[in-house]
Amino acid sequence: MTESTMKPPKKALTPVKWMREHLFSTWYNSLLTVVVGYLVVTSVGPLLNWALFDANFQGADASDCSGAGACWLFISQRLNFFIYGFYPDELQWRVDIMFLLLAVAFVPQFIERFPGRKWFGIFGMTGLPVIGYFLIPGGNFGLETVESTKWGGLMLTLILAYIGILASLPIGVLLALGRRSEMPIIRGLSVVFIEVWRAVPLITVLFMASVMLPLFLPEGMNFEKLMRALIGITLWQSAYMAEVIRGGLQAIPRGQYEAADALGLGYWKKMGLVVLPQALKLVIPGIVNTFISLFKDTTLVLIIGLFDVLGTVQSTVTDPAWQNVAVEGYVFVAFCFWIFCFGISRYSQNLERKLDTGHKT
Amino acid sequence: MGNPMTEQTQTSEVKSSAQGETGKNPGIIRVEGMHKWYGDFHVLKDLNLTVKQGERIVICGPSGSGKSTFIRCINRLEEHQQGKIIVDNVELTDDIRHIDTVRREVGMVFQHFNLFPHLTVLENCCLSPIWVRKVPRKEAEASAMEYLERVKIPDQAHKFPGQLSGGQQQRVAIARALCMKPKIMLFDEPTSALDPEMIKEVLDVMIELAGSGMTMLCVTHEMGFAKTVADRVIFMDGGEIVEEAPPHDFFSNPQEARTQQFLKQILAH
Repeated sequence: MTESTMKPPKKALTPVKWMREHLFSTWYNSLLTVVVGYLVVTSVGPLLNWALFDANFQGADASDCSGAGACWLFISQRLNFFIYGFYPDELQWRVDIMFLLLAVAFVPQFIERFPGRKWFGIFGMTGLPVIGYFLIPGGNFGLETVESTKWGGLMLTLILAYIGILASLPIGVLLALGRRSEMPIIRGLSVVFIEVWRAVPLITVLFMASVMLPLFLPEGMNFEKLMRALIGITLWQSAYMAEVIRGGLQAIPRGQYEAADALGLGYWKKMGLVVLPQALKLVIPGIVNTFISLFKDTTLVLIIGLFDVLGTVQSTVTDPAWQNVAVEGYVFVAFCFWIFCFGISRYSQNLERKLDTGHKT
Repeated sequence: MGNPMTEQTQTSEVKSSAQGETGKNPGIIRVEGMHKWYGDFHVLKDLNLTVKQGERIVICGPSGSGKSTFIRCINRLEEHQQGKIIVDNVELTDDIRHIDTVRREVGMVFQHFNLFPHLTVLENCCLSPIWVRKVPRKEAEASAMEYLERVKIPDQAHKFPGQLSGGQQQRVAIARALCMKPKIMLFDEPTSALDPEMIKEVLDVMIELAGSGMTMLCVTHEMGFAKTVADRVIFMDGGEIVEEAPPHDFFSNPQEARTQQFLKQILAH
C-alpha cells in the first residue's frame, strides 16, 4: 500500500473572518449577537461587583457586612455548622477523615494514568462505607458515640446520597433482572415493587418512613430516623434504577444471549459476564442522571427534621443575628450541589469514553 | 432460560448414568420423531436423523424451511415439543442440567457471529473455558491462541470484535466455539452475512476443521462446500426432511421434485 502524501486543506481563520462567519453571518444573527452582547455586558458587571468587589470577606459578625455586596462572611462564620451540623467540634476529625478518604478514593478516577486507580474506586465502594459505618456514629473501638440526630449539613447530604447511590444500583439490577425473568412469581414481585415505589413521591416515602412506620413496627423494634430515611430513599431510588437498567437489558440483541447460552454459561454467568457489562455501559447516562437527581432529592429530608446542607443554611438564614443573607446562603448551597453533581457528570463521561470499544451492535 | 437456582448444580450424576448406554447407541446425535410448533404454526414435522461421530452433514433448503430452527433445537436454543433429541447420550428435556451438559459439548457458530463486543478477541475465546470448564486463565489463553492460530488470526487477539472485518469476526466465532473443545459443531448459515470476498476465508477454516474429524452440522447454501466435505446432504422444505443423500447422488441424481426445483434455482446463477 502506498502512503498518500496529500493532506486535507487547511482552514485559515483570522479573528475577523471567524466573527463574520459565526457572529454576523446574517442580519438576524448580527441582531442576536448585539442583543446578547448588551445583556452580558450589563449583567456581568453588577454581578461581579456584588459577588467580589463590594463583598465582605473579613469580620466576625453581621455588623461587619456593609450591605453593598455579598456578605460571604456569613458563610465563613457558619461554615462549621453547614458542613458538620451539630456534630461535636472535638470529634469532627472523624468526619474529616471520611472526607479525606472520599477524596482519596475518587480524585484518582479523574486522572487518566493514575496507577491502580481501579483499586481506589473499589475501596470507595467497599472499604469506605464500612469505615464510615464505624467511624461516624462511634460507639466501638473506644470511640465516643455521636447520635445521628446530631449529624447534619454537607456531611449528612453526602451520607444520604452516597449510601442511596451505592445501595440502589445493585438492588436496581436485581429488580431489572427480576422484571425480565421468565419465572412468573419473581417477575410479578418485581413489577409490583417497581410500580408501587415509582408511583409515590419521595416526600410521601420519607414521611411514611419517619411518622407511619414506627406505628406499624412491633414494640421495641425501632430504629433511628436517619436509618428509616435511608431505607426509604434507597428503595424508592432502586425502583427508578431498575427501569433505567431494564432499558439497557432490552437493548442487548438476542444473539448475545444465544451465544452465551450456546457456550454453556448459566443464567448468572450469562448476565454477569455478557449481558450486564454491555447493558450497564449503554445506560451510563441514564444511571448518572438518576444519581444526580437522587443527590439533589436528599434535600427533602428536611421535611422529617433532618438537617442536610440546605436545612442548615435555611435555619441559619432565619437567625436574627444574621439578616439579609438568604441569597448568599442559597448561592452557597447551590454551589455545593453543583460541585458534586458536576463531578459525577464528568466522571461518567470519563467512564463512557474508557469503556467504548467501538462496537455498536 | 430457566431456573437459575438449579443451574449451577453439578451435572456429573447425569453424565455417569448416561455413559452406561454408550455401547448401544451408534449415533452421537439422535433425533427421533421430533416436532416443533411456534404457537399454532407447525415448524418442524416428524424429523428423524442419526449422526455418527465424525460425520459431516450439510442441511440446505429454501428460507423458512425450518433448517435453522432444527439445528438450534440440537443445543436447545429452541425447545421441541414432541419426540426425542439425544446428544452424546444425554436426552434434551426441561432438565437444566441436561441442557448445560449438552451445551458444553456442542459448539455453535451463528450467522451474525454474536461475538461479545465488550471483550477482546482473546477474552471472547477464554470466557467460557474459564467460567464453565474452570480452566486456569493461563492455560485457557494458551489454548485460545492455538485456536486463533488455526483460524489464522493470532495477530488480532487483543483487538475488539468491532475492529475486525466480518470474515475475521466469523473466524473468531469459530475459534471461540472450538475453545470449549466440543464434540459437535453446529453452523447456522455461517457465511450468509459476509461479503463475497470473505466467504472463502471462513469456508477454508471450516474445510480444515472437517478434515480434522469434527462432527459437523452445517446449515448453508454453499453447495461447493457441501460437495467438498459433506458425508450427507439433507434437504428440508416446509419443516420436513425431504431428501437425504451423499453429495454426489444429491447433486447429480436428486429423487424428489422439490429437491430438483431447489437445486435448479440455487445452481442456476
